[in-house]
Amino acid sequence: MAEQEASGRKPGAYFPRDRLRHPPAFTPGYKTSVTRSPQKPLVSLGQTLSEMTGPVFGHDELGPLDDDLIRNHAVSGDPIGERIIVHGHVMDENGRGLPGTLIEVWQANAGGRYRHTNDGYLAPLDPNFGGCGRCLTDDAGYYAFRTIKPGAYPWPNSTNSWRPAHIHFSIFGRAFCQRLITQLYFEGDPLIPLCPIAQTIPDPRAIDGLTARLDMNAAEPFDCLAYRFDIVLRGRRSTLFENRLAGN
Amino acid sequence: MPTRVPDLRETASQTAGPYVHIGLVPAATGIHVLDRTVTNVVVRPDTPGEHITIEGVVHDGEGMPVRDAVLESWQADASGRHAHPEDPSGSADIRGFGRMAADFGTGVYSLHTVKPGPVPGRDGVMQAPHISFWIVARGINVGLHTRLYFSDELERNAADPILASIGSPDRRKTLIADRTLRDGKPLYRFDIHLQGDRETVFFDI
Ligand SMILES: [Fe+3]
Repeated sequence: MAEQEASGRKPGAYFPRDRLRHPPAFTPGYKTSVTRSPQKPLVSLGQTLSEMTGPVFGHDELGPLDDDLIRNHAVSGDPIGERIIVHGHVMDENGRGLPGTLIEVWQANAGGRYRHTNDGYLAPLDPNFGGCGRCLTDDAGYYAFRTIKPGAYPWPNSTNSWRPAHIHFSIFGRAFCQRLITQLYFEGDPLIPLCPIAQTIPDPRAIDGLTARLDMNAAEPFDCLAYRFDIVLRGRRSTLFENRLAGN
Repeated sequence: MPTRVPDLRETASQTAGPYVHIGLVPAATGIHVLDRTVTNVVVRPDTPGEHITIEGVVHDGEGMPVRDAVLESWQADASGRHAHPEDPSGSADIRGFGRMAADFGTGVYSLHTVKPGPVPGRDGVMQAPHISFWIVARGINVGLHTRLYFSDELERNAADPILASIGSPDRRKTLIADRTLRDGKPLYRFDIHLQGDRETVFFDI
């Protein structure tokens, strides 16, 4: 708040979502989208308080192992697989770090199997791996968690569809209109260009933005490799105090 | 390593996929490692306002229930206040954020909350009481935003600027939850149709 007073501006409406940046709803290469994609145009809604506010989360809601998927489901030891740190910066489209952003992640184990009632893949569950975690960004918008690199897995789409290794990310900004779910892929994975879900995104630069980079500087020697994954949420205009009305 | 020039455009969305429950509602699939503070119960027994239940099913284009859907809700309290520093109306009675998983068998989701009060819209025009919904599932590439309005708010609904911006009365009707009573308690039915004659209005917000 002090920053806003100093600049004489306060935050205004969020930038419109660039729909060309995102996958369209109807993507027949990803078959499930065919019956689950709205066919009528979205109705544009001028943002109100309902869209420009959203749930706020605090550190007191998180447990001490929530950001450590290597330990938070461990029963008899560490899970099998490649130990990694995933970290990055959550920014808005103005390049400002976003503190207090809740990130929730879920993923398959090293063999490509999810701990989920509906996953029947033949790869085994790992008794020491749950596959879910969460963390909050710090005062500058940085986050980190520790996990096992997930394996690729087959899925029923075409007869031989395989998902590249990926981690699902759910991200809250400060406003309900910033709500986002996406997936992290790993640099150099040859399955990315073959994946019907990754390829729902028309812009290759946007897919590149979902591809985490190996980050040797953040690796823990003799313990963990590291990948860097930055996230950009919708930015917003600044509005002058004096001559603009709230919510405009 | 070369420094990457940051691409300051919004990160692209991807589907939540069929296993979204592990991350957002782990208890639904038998995982209890994270103690969740977000559930489908938004109220405490002593929360001021009318306590209501909302129930419904998300349907796909073939009329089948989307049994893997996860929904989130965001709303003001019974006095029209949001629990957010940018709401000037003061501190709210509830956080107002709910998260619901459709039942794996029936596809029914439910939300236990208070009926929100009217909240200010743009240019000082009041909005009818409403709850914002966000829907994700396998096959949904970008989470879908919609709004629930209440069937017993005829006058306020008629004056609501967002409802008014939807031309067709039939389409407007897709946002109205029908009020009934069950065991003497208010129950609203809010079904969501992803496609077809009754396709729900989804918003670009
Ligand atoms: Fe997955």
